Amino acid sequence: MKALINRPEDIVREALEGMALAHADLIRVEQDPRFVLRADAPVQGKVALVSGGGSGHEPMHGGLVGPGMLDAACPGEVFTSPTPDQIVAAAQAVHGGAGVLLIVKNYTGDVLNFQMATELLADAGIPTETVLMDDDVAVTDSLYTAGRRGVGATVLAEKICGAAAAAGLPLAQVARIGREVNASARSMGLALSPCTNPQAGQASFTLKDDEVEFGIGIHGEPGRSRIPMASADTLTQMLLEPILQDLPFARGDEVLLFTDSLGATPLLELYIVHRAAEQLANQHGLKVSRRLIGPLMTSLDMAGVALTLLRLTPELRGYWDAPVRTPALCWGLAR
Amino acid sequence: MTTTLDPVLEQSRLERWLDCVQTRLASEKESLNALDAAIGDADHGSNLFRGFSKVQEKLQSAPPEDIPALFKLVGMTLIGSVGGASGPLYGTFFLETAKALPQERKSVDLQTLAQALTAGLQGLQRLGKAEKGDKTMVDALAPAIERLQQGADLRAAAAAARHGLEATIPLIARKGRASYLGERSQGHADPGAASATLLLECLARDDDSAA
Repeated sequence: MKALINRPEDIVREALEGMALAHADLIRVEQDPRFVLRADAPVQGKVALVSGGGSGHEPMHGGLVGPGMLDAACPGEVFTSPTPDQIVAAAQAVHGGAGVLLIVKNYTGDVLNFQMATELLADAGIPTETVLMDDDVAVTDSLYTAGRRGVGATVLAEKICGAAAAAGLPLAQVARIGREVNASARSMGLALSPCTNPQAGQASFTLKDDEVEFGIGIHGEPGRSRIPMASADTLTQMLLEPILQDLPFARGDEVLLFTDSLGATPLLELYIVHRAAEQLANQHGLKVSRRLIGPLMTSLDMAGVALTLLRLTPELRGYWDAPVRTPALCWGLAR
Repeated sequence: MTTTLDPVLEQSRLERWLDCVQTRLASEKESLNALDAAIGDADHGSNLFRGFSKVQEKLQSAPPEDIPALFKLVGMTLIGSVGGASGPLYGTFFLETAKALPQERKSVDLQTLAQALTAGLQGLQRLGKAEKGDKTMVDALAPAIERLQQGADLRAAAAAARHGLEATIPLIARKGRASYLGERSQGHADPGAASATLLLECLARDDDSAA
């Protein structure tokens, strides 16, 4: 494989060094233990938001650190969850006296490491709440698997909780809002090609030229089935129908539609998918009032797309619209 | 053949064990990664090698006073350096073993070690919620530790681990990321069971008790 790396073991450190140089106005980077934090952290009196997970999903989570969103992000090695000491150090560095909200995607490694960190933070006297994200409808057999995975709704929860924290809400309320986002959002993705972990040097799985992995996870773990390649409109419909049925979304619901690239899918194709998804949502009687489009939760160089629908309330919409200023998401005048 | 006296393991022997683990991981991490590639994301060997290399660094820089401190050092180091699910799981295994060992001992008899490892395994299972047959490291650890509890020697325990590893091949994974493969996880040995077998084979490597 070809990749713009130096030594495989230096990938995460060097990428973070680059991020720190590129976004010095917004973030700082600590390397031992490793985490990204707001340049102005800790913000006194504000609930601090900490997330984390394996690297390889950029800009999530490090690119979502900044005013109006995360206070810190803990990157693990590529596709490997961070360790408890990273999470504890990050939480201690950003704790502004109002407690720490941990936003965790439902993967066994992430759950275990955050759970251990939570126990250590309790010993250190830092109050925490955890919001566990599991919005992936691709996983149907929750009983005999590690359960539904946390995917696109994580980005939305980080934005909305970030705004709620910035507005001065207490920890329990910010956690409640995070859980509401998870409960009101559903996602599913598909892959046209596998990704290659540059630390492993080989493709995560193999797909024939005319095959699509339907219900893909963000590390290339499979979902529902392998299906023949089809048109953008057909594939979009196949993604959206199970999402609509699962919550279920009802006629008249106001929704946010998030069309995410898994890394290698160009914006040109993303807009074609978004067009189909928004038209279909309209046909189902939904009112799409907010959109997010772009590569935000990626799987390295995987070609593919994921859709997330979030049912909005006036409260959630208000926090979505609130200013944010991070390397990846930036609108309004966040301070 | 039975031995009248339970064999005793010195602390230096356990340190050679960890040395063996790191050496074998150095040469076998690619094959562990390849096992993980089939049902995971091809990094189990690299992650454990990073952790046990860090263990070697710590053993050099701050040698543990006694055997419980040795197990605690391994547990803390793995939790702090491996990541993923295997870091907390192996880390907890070593930490809970440390807690169950008699304090301030520089040698331990095999039966006492077997009891402590049983406590380690229980801690691991409390955290990971895996049972035998879920296609995890438990499938190699549990039969090996059970054999030790029954009075078997370390070589028999290692053989039981390897047997448990081979028995994971037809299983469907029910825990961790491999569980999303469902039936597609069949036909591949579990990488966690493979690394657990490596651990036990190193423990048995210079076993003089069974000679």
